[in-house]
Amino acid sequence: MKWRRLGNVCGGAVFLLLAGMSTGPVFAQGPDMVILDDMAQYYEPVEFNHTMHVDLLGDNSCATCHHHTVGTPLVDKNCLRCHVGSTETDSAACRDCHSTKRFSAEYLAALEKNIHLYHEDKPGLKGAFHQRCLGCHKEMDAAVNCEVCHARTEAGDKFFYSGKYAPEPTAPKGH
Amino acid sequence: MKKIDRRKFLKGSLAGGMVAAATGMHKNASAAHSFEGYPDSMGVLVDLTKCVGCRTCEAACNKEQGLPAPDRPFDDYSVFEEHRHGGLKRRTSEKAYTVVNRYDTEGGPVYRKFQCNHCNEPACLTSCFVNAYTKTKEGAVIYNPKVCVGCRTCMIACPFYVPAYSYSSPINPIVRKCIMCYDTRLKFGKPPACVEACPQEVMTFGKRKDLVKIGHQKIRFQPEKYVDHIYGEHEVGGTSWMYLSSVPFEELGFDTHLGTQPILNYVKDFLAIVPMVLCIWPALFTGFHLLARRKEARNSEEEQTEE
Repeated sequence: MKWRRLGNVCGGAVFLLLAGMSTGPVFAQGPDMVILDDMAQYYEPVEFNHTMHVDLLGDNSCATCHHHTVGTPLVDKNCLRCHVGSTETDSAACRDCHSTKRFSAEYLAALEKNIHLYHEDKPGLKGAFHQRCLGCHKEMDAAVNCEVCHARTEAGDKFFYSGKYAPEPTAPKGH
Repeated sequence: MKKIDRRKFLKGSLAGGMVAAATGMHKNASAAHSFEGYPDSMGVLVDLTKCVGCRTCEAACNKEQGLPAPDRPFDDYSVFEEHRHGGLKRRTSEKAYTVVNRYDTEGGPVYRKFQCNHCNEPACLTSCFVNAYTKTKEGAVIYNPKVCVGCRTCMIACPFYVPAYSYSSPINPIVRKCIMCYDTRLKFGKPPACVEACPQEVMTFGKRKDLVKIGHQKIRFQPEKYVDHIYGEHEVGGTSWMYLSSVPFEELGFDTHLGTQPILNYVKDFLAIVPMVLCIWPALFTGFHLLARRKEARNSEEEQTEE
């Protein structure tokens, strides 16, 4: 049932799951589509096609994005120092580990209290998404334009002074 | 009574003066010893390897600080081709407290966000004669625009050329710069707007001392990725904003010759002598003058009596 939870937490709104998700093969596949709308404000929620990305990377490639959390073998030497025998965790959903309020006073205070915590520099959810997605997209020569993944909202246009909010073009001044 | 001749007097007074100068300097030097920064001061660690040049931080800064509309939209990336007079990259202005510039390196483009580095011992603060600047315990270098007289000394003192000037205001032009969102965010424990807005989480907000540790850990784990240096850890006595890079910092327009001393240290010794010179020299040289003229005066007296 864990993928239902992943769908729920990552999706938050509309999402589709593969049929018969409690059976074996689906379990390895994860959800078909994940809607990423946790921080949607200046952009529309992202419709992340999970199946397409799994197909692209091949089975057993879960660790490319999910670290050790789904129990597939790790390759990163730094991770293997501790996670050599790590099994799958209760949740593999990004947002269950990566906070949406990474730099809030509460988060930083909790970080300081937990003196045994190794992953002090764990990125927040937005950072984790973009570093993972954009990092891979750059490597694979996939689209890196913001609006290929998420269309900008009107609030976004206003924020960027773009579209109908664009400033009047001025003649270049000075030298 | 033992007679002191002029040569001896001069020797003695010179030696005494030097001792006074030396002790005076020593006292002042120790009183203004290098300030290591407030213990729980916050900071930002900027990982330049992660920046993609989207300029969201610029837009966030504009909104948070209520700055005027930019000349061009924040999603207009042609600004990276923009150069100021002399081929220099874009810099901060009264309309933009932070700017992102692109540097074309061998390994491809590297983007660098530029704003006030919030020094532990800020040169702008020490240079300001109306005390407009304050280094808060949270780490921000803020200023009081009400007392700023617009002398622009801080603009010259700043080793990073950060403070900008409101040239557009003919009546009351003042200095403008990043305040780490102190008024609206930092003092309530929130990160600066640019940090929160950055999609790539290029910037890590936290206690400065923790960020130094995190920075060194990143370098240790990925020595092939990072240059073994945290820019701002020691530069000009340490800054609240620090940087990690994959290419040598000088290639990204960072001044790597600033040294580790706060800018104040270069002028502290001189400034310590100034009050002493003002107090002692007038009396001393008046004395010299009277001594030098004594013989002359006596001679003229004798001449008068002879006549």
